[in-house]
Amino acid sequence: MRSETMTLNMGPQHPSTHGVLRVALELDGENVVACKPIIGYLHTGMEKQAEYKTYTQSIPQTDRMDYISPMSNNLSFCLAAEKLLDVTVSERVQAIRVLLTELTRISSHCVWLGTHAIDIGALTVFWYTFREREKVLSIYDMVSGARMTASYFRVGGLAMDIPEGFLARCEKFVDEMPKHVDEYESLLTKNPIWIARTQGVAPLSAADALAWGVTGPSLRGSGVKWDLRKDMPYSGYETYDFEVPTGKNGDAFDRFQVRVAEIRQSTLIAKQAIQRIKALGEKGEYRVRDFKYVLPPKEDVKTSMEALIHHFKIVAHGFFPPVGEAYQAVEAPKGELGFYFVSDGSSRPWRMKVRSPSFVNLQALPVMVEGKLVADVIAAIGSIDIVLGEIDR
Amino acid sequence: MPLAPERVEQKVRERFPNVAIERLTGAAVRDLTLIVPAEHLVEICTFLRDDDELAFAMLSWMGGADYMPRVPRFETIYSLLSVKHAARFTLKVMVSEEQPKVPTVTGVWPTANWHERETYDFYGITFTGHPDLTRILLPEDWVGWPLRKDSPLGYEEVAFTHNTPGRTVPSPSLKKLAPKKVRYRAQ
Repeated sequence: MRSETMTLNMGPQHPSTHGVLRVALELDGENVVACKPIIGYLHTGMEKQAEYKTYTQSIPQTDRMDYISPMSNNLSFCLAAEKLLDVTVSERVQAIRVLLTELTRISSHCVWLGTHAIDIGALTVFWYTFREREKVLSIYDMVSGARMTASYFRVGGLAMDIPEGFLARCEKFVDEMPKHVDEYESLLTKNPIWIARTQGVAPLSAADALAWGVTGPSLRGSGVKWDLRKDMPYSGYETYDFEVPTGKNGDAFDRFQVRVAEIRQSTLIAKQAIQRIKALGEKGEYRVRDFKYVLPPKEDVKTSMEALIHHFKIVAHGFFPPVGEAYQAVEAPKGELGFYFVSDGSSRPWRMKVRSPSFVNLQALPVMVEGKLVADVIAAIGSIDIVLGEIDR
Repeated sequence: MPLAPERVEQKVRERFPNVAIERLTGAAVRDLTLIVPAEHLVEICTFLRDDDELAFAMLSWMGGADYMPRVPRFETIYSLLSVKHAARFTLKVMVSEEQPKVPTVTGVWPTANWHERETYDFYGITFTGHPDLTRILLPEDWVGWPLRKDSPLGYEEVAFTHNTPGRTVPSPSLKKLAPKKVRYRAQ
């Protein structure tokens, strides 16, 4: 009998690859001998484009990277630019940013859970998780006017103040959320089919995870307690009270449990942020009063000559950071998302580099699936939680 | 006690006394960055990873940059992360335009594989010893290095007579668009 391996192309047009990912698999029967992810189908040259835009003009681009967590991308971009400018935003702005990025984490994990469950054959969960995701999208809509591409954060603050009734709506959502997470868990956590499809599947040891640069829930699922919100805090995260859930075995089931626990923790952080914003005022200052970097208030522009000049300068040229470079990372729902800026003193970045978590995490896919069954590849891709917009940039 | 970048610099200088290591200067260099020679890069990275006090077990990212018209023109940047000590550290290597070659660090951190492919793809910097140095984000048959500063952003040029050879006479279809002569009764 002849025996030879077969090469199979999974994707790029395959629903379980979460976008246009192509995985070249070498199969021996049902066993995966070699696995090679092939990417780039969604490449739009965002890093190149940023060199031709002012800093503010690049913010809408960041929404389109990881398009299911726009606020985290905005935050990382703005924090990196603020680090370059040496600007610190007020406590109120920080709290609003924390609230929205935690809602983003909830929504991103909801999308992940729904689609991951669909991949493995549990269709029902999708309808539950997308119900809650839609609520977060309407909250984005409320603050920014867009459901998905929010572009709400600005360098030095926010695009506008939070609208009336915003906090009440967030509070309602955050109060209801733990009940919904219970629903998801009742559908999955003890479901024997779910356990069979995820437990022991696509394991990643802690040493491998570190060597391959894996971050976020995928790293924590392998038992490494590393969360930038705790270990390298930004936006005042050190003042919030929350836990960092970790797994033990580093398999798909542990990554699932970590993410579900993270949704619960995010609701706790969001609650604390809401209390803080209430204490600091539902209406208030939403940007730093340094009009070399941010637009002055519109009322001032109409009455003050100086404010008018600042307005014109910022709209026409943007702001001018000093010569230098800065890297700032945040804990995005998928892992460490960072922006690296090189400034030559002009109003456009000389170089913008995006450290996207999905790009790095996907690289560990062959480690997870080689020598395993082909059906587990789908579970593995789902469990890493990738977004191709962010991988290809 | 958190690991200060100054302490990392001190340890590197102690370990490699004969290597020319410079500190990056600039008004707004927000993270301490060392410029190391390419031939000692792998040694220094291995030391940073294996030393117990430093333990930079993870390469957070690496990338390139083009500083045209400066000499040397390119740079590769390595952002290291120590999970054990919650610290970051940045290394840079200067790369010349004539010989854009840097040794690979895939042997130190396997995660460098895709990052180096991306840098090759964008800047045409080759990484000697890399297991699979091919284009990653751009198509295989792409010509040129798009993130180099002399590579234009790119758009489809509008065809005028001055930039389209053989297009000196307006085409007949354009003549149709010319306004018709109108006769007035008064004439």
